[in-house]
Amino acid sequence: MDIDDHEITISVNGVRYQRRVESRMLLSDFLRHDLGLAGTHVGCEHGVCGACTVLLDGQPVRSCLMFAVQAEKHEISTVEGVAGGDGEYHPLQQAMHDHHGLQCGYCTPGILMTMTAFLEENRSPSEEEVREALSGNLCRCTGYQNIVDAVMAAAKRMRG
Amino acid sequence: MSTRTFGEPIKRNEDRRLLTGQALFIDDVELPGMLHAAFLRSQVAHARIRKIDVSRALRRPGVVAAYVADDLGDYWKPGPLLVPPPPIAGIVFNQRTQVPLAKNKVRHVGEPLVIVIAESRYIAEDALDDIDIELEQLPAVVDIEQGLKAGSALVHEDLDSNVSAHVRQTKGNYATAAAKADHIIKRQFRYEHGISSPIETRGVVAQWDKRANQMTIWDTTQAPVFIRNGLAGMLGLSERQVRVIAPFVGGGFGPKIMMFYPEEVLLPWVSMKLNRPIKWIEDRLEHFFATTHERGQIHDAEMALTRDGRILGIKDVFLHDGGAYDPYGLTVPINSQCTLLGPYVVPNYDSTFTQVFTNLTLVTPYRGAGRQHGVFVMERLLDFAAHELNIDRAEIRRRNLIPADAFPYKNEIIFQDFQPLEYDSGNYEPVLDMALKAIGYNAFREEQAAARRQGRHLGIGVACYVEGTGIGPYEGAKVQVQSNGKVSIATGIGTQGQGHFTVFAQIAADQLGVAVTDVDVVTGDTDQFYWGAGTFASRGAVVAGNAVNEASKVVRKKALKLASDLFECAEEDLVLEDGKVSIVGIPEKFVRLGDLAGRANPMRGAVQPGTEPGLESTQYFGPPMGATANGVHAMIVEMDPRTFDLKILKYVVVHDCGTVINPMILAGQIHGGVAQGIGNAFYEKLVFDDQGQLLNASLADYLLPTALEVPRVELGHTVTKSPLNPMGIKGAGEAGAIPVGPLFAQAIEDALDLERRGVELLEIPLSPSRLFELTRNAPG
Repeated sequence: MDIDDHEITISVNGVRYQRRVESRMLLSDFLRHDLGLAGTHVGCEHGVCGACTVLLDGQPVRSCLMFAVQAEKHEISTVEGVAGGDGEYHPLQQAMHDHHGLQCGYCTPGILMTMTAFLEENRSPSEEEVREALSGNLCRCTGYQNIVDAVMAAAKRMRG
Repeated sequence: MSTRTFGEPIKRNEDRRLLTGQALFIDDVELPGMLHAAFLRSQVAHARIRKIDVSRALRRPGVVAAYVADDLGDYWKPGPLLVPPPPIAGIVFNQRTQVPLAKNKVRHVGEPLVIVIAESRYIAEDALDDIDIELEQLPAVVDIEQGLKAGSALVHEDLDSNVSAHVRQTKGNYATAAAKADHIIKRQFRYEHGISSPIETRGVVAQWDKRANQMTIWDTTQAPVFIRNGLAGMLGLSERQVRVIAPFVGGGFGPKIMMFYPEEVLLPWVSMKLNRPIKWIEDRLEHFFATTHERGQIHDAEMALTRDGRILGIKDVFLHDGGAYDPYGLTVPINSQCTLLGPYVVPNYDSTFTQVFTNLTLVTPYRGAGRQHGVFVMERLLDFAAHELNIDRAEIRRRNLIPADAFPYKNEIIFQDFQPLEYDSGNYEPVLDMALKAIGYNAFREEQAAARRQGRHLGIGVACYVEGTGIGPYEGAKVQVQSNGKVSIATGIGTQGQGHFTVFAQIAADQLGVAVTDVDVVTGDTDQFYWGAGTFASRGAVVAGNAVNEASKVVRKKALKLASDLFECAEEDLVLEDGKVSIVGIPEKFVRLGDLAGRANPMRGAVQPGTEPGLESTQYFGPPMGATANGVHAMIVEMDPRTFDLKILKYVVVHDCGTVINPMILAGQIHGGVAQGIGNAFYEKLVFDDQGQLLNASLADYLLPTALEVPRVELGHTVTKSPLNPMGIKGAGEAGAIPVGPLFAQAIEDALDLERRGVELLEIPLSPSRLFELTRNAPG
């Protein structure tokens, strides 16, 4: 098979990266292994578990179901960019810590990306809406209860 | 003033790295010159290997090497027997352990045939398609009953049957008890447990450093010390030359301990051969075949009772699906056999099991590790007895609970830790009372009737269990005060999210008068701590936790001794808090712990004979036997009688795991266990065809519960300390997952009025479609 490379420019967490990638390179592999942004985790590589969720122009997408070339000229946000520049937790990170919303922490980056985007859209969610929004992210450790509590608490704090 | 943190809901030390994407997981290990491995795995369950030709793969640009079994030479060996059979009279055990690459025959789908090494994972996977392979397919052993019949295909043809093991254990005399019984309940039960499916799959990175003569292996293992020792032996290295690091591991739940997986054995060998670091990360499809499962048992069980519902004895004969190889010995069926007895007085017990080889992935412990199967049998037998004897389901349980004054309670048979099964302590009735109160048991029948009048079908379930936890042999810990005043702890167990970085820190922080955040815990790095067994059987907090406590006490003593020499005062006049030792009543007279650590390592001058440098101690703890935790789960469900859609309206767990170190982390363990139990009971089922093909090997088809299926869990605790360790703690990691199957069966029967309709739920997992099948011909 001929190697099919492309020059791409992608902005991740506000930093512009220019790289040459194979057309078949998954966005998840590109972020993790080419850019060293290994906080985005890969759980199933078939779009079910949600661990690899990143934001593409603010919208959650599964980075294992996209090629890096498709992200050309888009803005990607990953877990590494969720906290403030001084390391200050985003309200959801703080709430996840406060409510013990993570155990092994492997699914956590995907959940942070999905739910920060959700909280931007829905400032006052009900528990049912939180569960619905969370249902595309699998967690095998927590039983979700503490994650739900964390999201509700973060929503409250973000409303001020 | 230092505050005691033991028993408090202290937030976790490990969270920051995990929440900011900075924790090192296996696939985050990047090394210069690293190559990538992919495996060609058998696509059929049982076949003779006629030909494997890798020459075309080797010609592909970027492919570095490809190895088949014969290329391994003397390195090709069946793996070690990890858990030998326990000392039980008359036991049969046929040891057939897994091999690194299949030779002559494949025995399950997913068994590796070829390892391909390439410059990238993409190329390595491309090259798998280049391999020319011919397999002569054989009939597969899939069904455990069929597999024992004469004329069945043989998984291991050097044996004359598919029997992996046969064990009988007895207590008292069941036959005599049954002859005196007023009533006998007899049923056949089928219980399937699924796969652990952590969100992070397995992975291995091996780096042979030829100049340093040193092997470093990153591995998603739960037992790094055993991996180090085993691989050193296999590779012809001394243990000091091998360092195994279990980094942050994305969930384990049991199967990540099944050393030695073929990939763990092969990557270090290839790395030495090529003198390059090699990485292999399992993909999700591989995980379904290549990581161990739990699966099914079939029980023919009977219970003898008096007419007032007292158990006189139980007889159980069961088959256990062991998969293609049996390196983990009998841990899972022994757990089923022992845990069946539960919190009840069972004077006579006669239990026999046969572990059967099948052409399916190996079975090893997964959270609960066979305990679920036994609890299902006991709890269902009690339900049917209650029905037939016209006794309330909770009441029949109460009548049979072991009384509080009967501990330690001897069950006489041998448990998985090779010790006689003995419950160390317990007080069971208050746990049942609390659960019944919390679920609203007494008011439920009215509530149910009112709902039914509105066309809603509610049902209630109550199930009890015990959990043998915290087994030996031992763990150790090194506690060390650093010269910056921070405390470091190293222990040999691996960690997969249980909060070890925090609970161990709490234990040391209290002893040493420092903040929990000033205690740094290292787990799972064999160069940091040399000895240990691993994380399994709900034992981390119990066994390693007590070792941390013992080591911390010694360090505390050393600090006080040094300070008393310094201040020329008695140790009793000193107080250790806020990271310093001061004289009671004279807080301005103090020395910092870090300074004491510096003084404990003098650069010049003489020391007293016998002086050990540093403010550190390494201590080991080994309990005489496992500690037995217990609990009750209760649940109210609403069923749609046409679609069999199930909604959990209320879920209560009351349990007793002895002294609690951190209630927040404990609650998390219970929540997560319940979620896995719910998956097991109603959503997760491995579906094989008669040729041993797994038909639902994706997360779109094998359904892990989501936030929509798992309800809020209400928790209650009681505390009965374990006398087996100074802190009085018992394990809790598996408790949430254990009794969920019988709870579902009971609550669903109740909601759908199945007792009246003559339908009994004798199997797990259930599902809407299975309930439709079971009830379609029943009267309405």
